[in-house]
Amino acid sequence: MQATVSNREFTTALSDPEKPAPEGIRGQDGKKSAKRFDIYRNNVVVGLIDALGDIFPAVARLVGEGFFRDMARLYIRANPPNSPLLFRYGRSMPDFLETFEPVAHLAYLPDVARIELAWLDAFHAADTSCFSAADLGAVPESELDDLRLTPHPATRIIRSRSAAVSIVSATRSGAGLADINPTAPEDGLVTRPVLDVQLRRLPPGAAVFLQSLVDGACLADAAEAAERDCAEFDLPLAIRAMLESGAFSQRGEEA
Amino acid sequence: MSKKTIIGASAVAGAVAMALSGATVVATSTGAAAAEKCYGVSLAGDNDCAAGPGTTCAGTSTVDYQGNAWTSVPDGTCLTMDVPGDRKGSLEPLDRDLPA
Repeated sequence: MQATVSNREFTTALSDPEKPAPEGIRGQDGKKSAKRFDIYRNNVVVGLIDALGDIFPAVARLVGEGFFRDMARLYIRANPPNSPLLFRYGRSMPDFLETFEPVAHLAYLPDVARIELAWLDAFHAADTSCFSAADLGAVPESELDDLRLTPHPATRIIRSRSAAVSIVSATRSGAGLADINPTAPEDGLVTRPVLDVQLRRLPPGAAVFLQSLVDGACLADAAEAAERDCAEFDLPLAIRAMLESGAFSQRGEEA
Repeated sequence: MSKKTIIGASAVAGAVAMALSGATVVATSTGAAAAEKCYGVSLAGDNDCAAGPGTTCAGTSTVDYQGNAWTSVPDGTCLTMDVPGDRKGSLEPLDRDLPA
């Protein structure tokens, strides 16, 4: 059977529930099928809403399920998928939340969404081994200063002006939020040493240290950058977080 | 080069030694290869409309949202967070602290 509806007509009608079913949509009996199209149209939206709920469970919990689904409808209408791969959907959610007036008072929400996207990225990142404490111990002392490391594909560093890291951790684990001061800035590190994604709060300055290493700096330069940025920077603590999180995969090339 | 001005060579080596003495051993790649993962499947298979008699499609109404008629209010857990002072659940002060 020949297609009698253009892609453009079809997708335009698909994104707007107030639009009639495109001319040419017919059932097997040859009659117009507005009702069938409505069902399909709503299933598309509901499928996308559910996907967003799976990608942003903390955001959904923070604003409430009903609010989240209503908000997701508006998001989907303004940001239709541009990839057939559902796990790539929702990349613009943090920006949407920045400008979405009804959640303007929840200043931490965009960063919560950013962490959840980093979580998803880490989940889908390639598998590889981690640079371990044993690996670091095997590096001769004379080479430590100039040591460079290759980041693990899953590693993501998030710097937030709010307590988004603690909020995501508590929300995803079902813990209470009462002890969290949402205005305290936090740095977070997302890794996936084996199969499970890990999110941890970084000690002061460690984000600069790790980001420098990710960007290709050697150990001594990364430590210096962090110390310059933050007086409370604790190098042993940062190295420990680096090893325990599995943020790097192996020794990098010498510069 | 100026890189040794703040962090000396002995400082990095000392920090590494301290870190190694306290670091817990993380699972290495040996354990990783054994497990198999399956992702992308559940998302793609998601569909609220279960087939079969008696079930309802999750969104069969034709006009179920309007972008210009927003009235909903967040009813989740975000408002339970305490903020010092009387600013429960509100983060407006953050806007004042933005770097110039």
